[in-house]
Amino acid sequence: MARVFALPDLGEGLTEAEIVRVLVREGDVIREDAPLLEVETDKAQVEIPSPVAGRVEKIHVEPGQTVKVGQVLVTFADGDGARAGSGEARAPARPAAGPPVGAVAQAPRAAAGGPVPAAPATRRLARELGVDLRAVRGMGPGGRVTDADVHAAAQALRPTAESRPEAPAGRAVSRPLAPVGLEPPALPRFEQWGPIERQPLSHLRRTIAERMALSAALVPHVTHFDRADITELDAVIRRNLESARVRGITLTLTSFLLKAAALVLRAHPQFNASLDAGAGELIVKRYYHLGIAVATDRGLIVPVIRDVDRKPVLELAGELAALAQRVRDGKAALDDLRGGTFTVTNIGALGGTGAIPIINYPEVAILGVARAREEPVVRDGQIVPRLLLPLSLTFDHRIADGADGARFAADFVHRLEHPDQLLLEL
Amino acid sequence: MVMGDLVREVDVAVVGGGPGGYTAAFRCAELGLETIVVDEGKRLGGVCLHEGCIPSKALLHVAGVLDEAERAKELGVEFGPPRVSLDSLRQWLRERVVGKLARGLGSVARAKGVEVVGGRAVFESARELRVEGEEPQKIRFAHAIVATGSGSLPLPGAPAASERVMDSAAALGLPEVPERLLVIGGGYIGLEIGTVYAALGSAVTLVEMADGLLPGVDRDLVQPVARRVASRFAAVHLGAQVGELVERGGRIEARIGAEAQAFDRVLVAVGRRARGAGLGLETTAAQVDERGVIAVDDRCRTRDPRIYAVGDVTGEPMLAHRAMRQGIVAAEAMAGRPAAFDNVAVPAVVFTDPEIAWCGLGEREAGSGGRPVQVAKFAWAASGRAATLGRADGLTKLVLDPASGRVLGVGIVGPGAGELIAEAALAVEAALTAEDLAATIHAHPTLSETLMEAAAAFLRER
Repeated sequence: MARVFALPDLGEGLTEAEIVRVLVREGDVIREDAPLLEVETDKAQVEIPSPVAGRVEKIHVEPGQTVKVGQVLVTFADGDGARAGSGEARAPARPAAGPPVGAVAQAPRAAAGGPVPAAPATRRLARELGVDLRAVRGMGPGGRVTDADVHAAAQALRPTAESRPEAPAGRAVSRPLAPVGLEPPALPRFEQWGPIERQPLSHLRRTIAERMALSAALVPHVTHFDRADITELDAVIRRNLESARVRGITLTLTSFLLKAAALVLRAHPQFNASLDAGAGELIVKRYYHLGIAVATDRGLIVPVIRDVDRKPVLELAGELAALAQRVRDGKAALDDLRGGTFTVTNIGALGGTGAIPIINYPEVAILGVARAREEPVVRDGQIVPRLLLPLSLTFDHRIADGADGARFAADFVHRLEHPDQLLLEL
Repeated sequence: MVMGDLVREVDVAVVGGGPGGYTAAFRCAELGLETIVVDEGKRLGGVCLHEGCIPSKALLHVAGVLDEAERAKELGVEFGPPRVSLDSLRQWLRERVVGKLARGLGSVARAKGVEVVGGRAVFESARELRVEGEEPQKIRFAHAIVATGSGSLPLPGAPAASERVMDSAAALGLPEVPERLLVIGGGYIGLEIGTVYAALGSAVTLVEMADGLLPGVDRDLVQPVARRVASRFAAVHLGAQVGELVERGGRIEARIGAEAQAFDRVLVAVGRRARGAGLGLETTAAQVDERGVIAVDDRCRTRDPRIYAVGDVTGEPMLAHRAMRQGIVAAEAMAGRPAAFDNVAVPAVVFTDPEIAWCGLGEREAGSGGRPVQVAKFAWAASGRAATLGRADGLTKLVLDPASGRVLGVGIVGPGAGELIAEAALAVEAALTAEDLAATIHAHPTLSETLMEAAAAFLRER
């Protein structure tokens, strides 16, 4: 009797795991407890040993595939094959060279004519999953096709890593994430507590509302705080104000912030990306178009400066001033407002000691800076006045973790604190 | 009101209120589709309930009572000669059996919001039906289900007008108990109705063109019935044909082979014809062949994507329970569900005494198909329950796949075979094995044990 081996309960409330490697091949005769598969769960990467000694008849999974607890992983052949278990057992250490893509579905059952043996409910399941029963090998008694066989065949039919050449070999299968759906509950009748007025939202307000709600609902936000000592940078700016003015440009801290951010993004590409939840892929952008939040009397607008990494700070400062003016005049072109990969918001002009902005979806992160203040800092045992810039990096926790954010912020702070190095990269 | 004044808009129009039609309509309604049934007699239940399966089974029950009473002599119990009141019998049949069930269907239809319209439906296009007759109107539909069933094939050369030449519907109306009844056709209808009239006292002569009763059914299953029929009927002519029928002096003269005989009544039961013609389907893309059969795919859909067909009108096997399953499939497929009529086992039951029932692959069929099978039999002579019934003439037979032991088909002959076949149908449909049957506990003493015993016999012999 053939034995099927399903993904065992992994404990800790884990219900699924991703197959990292398949450590056996079909036809291999293995001993009990020999390593069978390597899987990765939310918590750890673990090796699953074989529960029995026997011949591996069929491997139902492949690297990159996500499997649920109870899903069939491997079928072992019946007693004849398992006999070799004790004596000539071997445990292949190599991963299977070619995972059997769609092997289940491609192995036509040697049906002796007549209908496929399967219960009506199983046949319906097959129709539901688009599985052709005639191509499924039944593992049930008497060759009966079971629900598990149909599920395995459906898995095998799914697009795999191998059919997507751009994906790293053997890993990362694209699949949709669960959608976010929130229905706001009905509002109370506020007029019962006093007079009210209903004001329709402007188009811009509505757009902002929708985008912010989407981002807040969809993206798990996490924020990292830091402070940069920009005393030296401030000196650089002051020293160059006049020469910039001669060219009709006002040199601002913001243009340096944009420049530094673009350079840091090149070193941390996951922050210059977008998550394709439908495909289960990270889209990393190889261009650095930075949005800069501009407050207008109509509401927040985020114009975009293109190729920030490749433009001198002076040029950025000029472009920024012109762009901000177009936005405030309501004359911004559509292309001024789209294509951003990362956003910087400088709320310093309005005061405050820090803020946690909402990510400009579908970007991954947003950098917020507050007003720089001169503060007493202990340096070499002395209290000295230094100009400190409070900043926050808010990012999508689906893409990056706290440590990644801390590294990004530290890198950013380092660049602001060493304007001479920044100049070298211009 | 002028015909065509009223145009109804519905999701689904079901043409025909028989088992296939009403089952489809009820399922459509359950799935939230506005559904209307057009039936010529403005009734639900069709031939099956009103002049087919149900009345014949009721009358066969009466025949069984009469037979049992007579047979009781062997068990030491003697009744007087029975007196049959045809009026009371007809009234029981009409009121307590058919009427009760029809009222039940009517209230189910009301509860589900399915309206029944009386009249003949003719397609004017793949979107519209014209209803002629009782309640003339036009119905625009998103989908239609054709469930017009089948009708008795007439015998070529039979006098069309004579009420003495009956089809099954007329015979089940029990017009009288003729002294001499000629049954033309040794299929299940001829056998069942012949059995009824024989029990009621008619001298029944049966003529079958083929060389055996119930052509197509495994001979070992037919044999006990053939023996029984031979003893109950006045004569059984196999491999014989009836020449023309002539009505003369209140009797029907028939030539059977070379011999001319006179009968009080004749039952013509030579087959049924699908009623796919004359429905206006030529105005749609649906295809009807020269036998009146509408071609459907496994979702019961015709060549016209808006039009489905279920039941006898889609061809053999013409059985009410097949139509009902098709009705469910059509309704669900129409509602976008992944339904398919992919049933392996359509059980068939002949309600003779003893009953014959089978499903799945027959032994004969397997042999002609060249598929290797193993047959396991259990004779009821060894069944405790059969002994207590005073009946040992039964047989339970499994047709199995030799390698896997999978149950491919089952045939049963014996009292209650029609009920016993249910377990067999489940086994075949779900691809169970002999081991599954043998290891399932069957109540003792019951006839169902014979299935378990046949499976056990296979496992022993293997």
